Amino acid sequence: MAAQQVAQPRSKVNDFALKLANVNGTGSSSANNLLMRSIFRMGVPVSGKNLFPSNIQGLPTWYEIRVNKDGHVARARTYDLMVAMNGQTYARDIAEVASGGFTMYDSSWPLDRDLIREDVTYLGVPLAEMCNDEFRGPRERILMKNIACAGALVAMLGIDMDVIAQLLTEQFAGKERLRESNQRALRLGHDFATSHFDFPLPCHVEPMDATSGSILIDGNTAAALGCVYAGATVAAWYPITPSTSLMDAFSKYCAKFRRDPETGRNNYLVLQAEDELAAIGMVLGASWAGARAFTSTSGPGISLMQELIGMGYYAEIPAVVFDVQRVGPSTGMPTRVQQADILTCAYASHGDTKHILLFPAHPAECFEMAATAFDLAERFQTPVFVLSDLDIGMNDWVSPALEWDDSYVPDRGRVLDAGELRELEVYHRYEPADAESVAARTLPGVSELGAYFTRGSGHTIEGAYTEYPEEYQAVLDRLARKHTAAAEHTPAPLVDQSAHSAMAIVTLGSCELAVLEAIELLAERGIAADYMRIRGFPFGAGVRAFLEAHERIVVVEQNRDAQLRTLLTLETPVSKDQLHSVLAYGGYPLSAEDVVDGVTKILEA
Amino acid sequence: MPSIVKPQVTHPGLEHNALGLTIRDYEGGMSTLCAGCGHDSVTAAITHALWESDTPPHMIAKLSGIGCSAKTAAYFARGAHGFNGCHGRMPPIATGASAANRDLLCIGISGDGDSLSIGLGHLAHLVRRNVRMVYVIENNGVYGLTKGQFSASADVGSTTKRGEANHLQPIDPIFLGLSIGATFLARGFSGDKRQLVPIFRAAMAHRGLAIIDVISPCVTFNDHEGSTKSYLFTRQHDVQMTVTDFVPPAEEISATIPDQGVVSIPMHDGAMLRFRSVPDGYDPTDRLAVMEHLMSARGRGEIVTGLLYVDEQSSDLHELGNTTDRPLTQVAYEKLCPGSAALAGVGFR
Repeated sequence: MAAQQVAQPRSKVNDFALKLANVNGTGSSSANNLLMRSIFRMGVPVSGKNLFPSNIQGLPTWYEIRVNKDGHVARARTYDLMVAMNGQTYARDIAEVASGGFTMYDSSWPLDRDLIREDVTYLGVPLAEMCNDEFRGPRERILMKNIACAGALVAMLGIDMDVIAQLLTEQFAGKERLRESNQRALRLGHDFATSHFDFPLPCHVEPMDATSGSILIDGNTAAALGCVYAGATVAAWYPITPSTSLMDAFSKYCAKFRRDPETGRNNYLVLQAEDELAAIGMVLGASWAGARAFTSTSGPGISLMQELIGMGYYAEIPAVVFDVQRVGPSTGMPTRVQQADILTCAYASHGDTKHILLFPAHPAECFEMAATAFDLAERFQTPVFVLSDLDIGMNDWVSPALEWDDSYVPDRGRVLDAGELRELEVYHRYEPADAESVAARTLPGVSELGAYFTRGSGHTIEGAYTEYPEEYQAVLDRLARKHTAAAEHTPAPLVDQSAHSAMAIVTLGSCELAVLEAIELLAERGIAADYMRIRGFPFGAGVRAFLEAHERIVVVEQNRDAQLRTLLTLETPVSKDQLHSVLAYGGYPLSAEDVVDGVTKILEA
Repeated sequence: MPSIVKPQVTHPGLEHNALGLTIRDYEGGMSTLCAGCGHDSVTAAITHALWESDTPPHMIAKLSGIGCSAKTAAYFARGAHGFNGCHGRMPPIATGASAANRDLLCIGISGDGDSLSIGLGHLAHLVRRNVRMVYVIENNGVYGLTKGQFSASADVGSTTKRGEANHLQPIDPIFLGLSIGATFLARGFSGDKRQLVPIFRAAMAHRGLAIIDVISPCVTFNDHEGSTKSYLFTRQHDVQMTVTDFVPPAEEISATIPDQGVVSIPMHDGAMLRFRSVPDGYDPTDRLAVMEHLMSARGRGEIVTGLLYVDEQSSDLHELGNTTDRPLTQVAYEKLCPGSAALAGVGFR
């Protein structure tokens, strides 16, 4: 193939997005990771979003890499470079290429007519042909095709070959043969690209120093570590995407940190339950007995846990539930992201119930909020939900290195020991309550003096069975007061009022990066907006004050029914008319453009 | 209030156990079950076994689901914590409690609705995990609290009070347990406390899950002529397959009992199970032989009772999990938190 002249539109050094379209089950993810990690190693802010199917082999899968020197690495909606390796999705993929952008394809076969667009430059690399010549066996040929593809991209994007070679060395330490064949495939793609095109492309990477002190980590790993650090000893779960990797990581870190060096015995127990009903039951049983216990799940699991969550609330038993949210309702789209469990978690179970929710926005917060969740669950003797999502939980994020304060002391809440019980005339489970409407609990195995009968049936403040209205209401009303008291202990919102605007954008969780970028884009257009990211429920004074200080508030969230907005109207004095919604719920992570478009539409209305 | 406090009356002549406690110290609240309910006799047998075994009341955890059976957890061991959970969910709650504190003597009280319908899956998985606990099924073949519907243990042909017959096959927890690896299976009859007490004592000493299915007639909804779970029917068809003595570790095995025909099975903590009366060829440690005996007894229309199967060799939940001997609730936080220095290797750098 003759050298081809590449068009040179405006420079996009360290500011571009690319998307790799593949068929799942062909081993593309390790090549994708290699690219993302090498950009990170070059010191450039980057994100990688894995848009994968709920399938083991044969369906479309994409990997999106956004590179941005200013740290705006929320999902991009259009791409400067499309790597079109999946015939099933050519038409969709080509439509997403930015005008003036590039498409790389496998030129072992002629360019598909679906792919042709006049404002796009095509870069053909005969990956299959090269790998068929170079490697033996169908599996190796397929796997190495991905690496050869990465090699071509390394050349096109100006990625440092030494950096990526070093990554291969680390990845295949002790597996010299694998390292060698990967290195060879990488070189194959790289050499083809450099000898056939003028490179790098206008969208390329140049070394920076913006990621030193940072790590790449996914939220599930960080949350699992948070549970290890918080002192959780019993974990019960049922496998479900996208939360499975949380428990996998917990098991992995426990095997590393929780095995007694002298006895070789475990200071933890992970129970793979028969279903989510059992998982939450195990958590309640363990918490009741005095352990820090948790489960991780996703929306369908939350639905199954409802009855026992109500029991935990009413009988006042701590529990920590990580809900790594995915697209519902029903099975929905298990490998796509949403924030659509907010209301179901806030009021989970039948009867009058209200829960404490935490909303991490990134892996570092998943780590921190794990300890917060256990502290709140034990302080307030109630289930606490950590509402992460698939984007945070399963994608690698550039994160500040995790930090732990070694002076942390767990808040175990009010628990009476045998000595304290002896000093009491009589112990009753649900009285006296303290200023936060919490009564002291006791644990089995400690003292007869603290014995009581835990029940989900109507009970008095003494813990005895009742069906009398006044006795039942006395307990239920205190539970409401207890929930109100928790508002001063949930994490305060993150607020930026430097725009001094009457207009504000309020959001939560993984919307953060897209919203912050959108605020900058809006400011460039002369639209000023203050910012608040809510981090917990019940809402504290900080949330109420911010809402009161703004006339027009746009709530950005990833669900159809404006669940955060609903919760705000129900649980704060804010007027419904003050709140507008920007909603994204198709299952892909939020983009700044989604927010800008939404806000603009509201302002124009 | 609608709950009834039981007056605590003690008699100076009551015997004391090794902890200096009398049987009264192992009683609980006043039963609100129907007069003559089989469950109250089960409660009495459990109370007696707990007293005999010198268990400190605060080390007992009583767990139950929903139904008449679930209430009985309140009627013994007032010095123990109780957990009356949700319908069918007692097994996972007990699993969690046992996981957190392995020193607790967990006693689960369930019924045929709780264990064989809504909670059947949980029971099966409790068996698979071999959680160390006593699991009592107070089995009466009906839903009492909702006024007499058939449960999953009702026999084909057994009728309701109004004469409608059940046509669905029953689920027998003993056969279920044998087929999925249960390590201790017994059946008793609430009308025979003498048989129940040693079975409960053996269950408390068992290394793993001990299931005791107790035929416990419902006097209000299932004690009539057409019922196969009535007092009369059970008495007429009860065949004691085995008669078992529980010999605690400290006691010498009495030389006065002849060895002829006695099968002795050592338990893990040094106690001994002595089967005094077993039919020819019946080996309570041979799963297949037990299954064959029970199948043919069922064919003869017998309700077989006794300690039917025991396996002291299999590992329990904590052995399978390689957990530390110290209850997890008592491991100091300092041992659980790796500390900030360990974060140096975390994440991709």
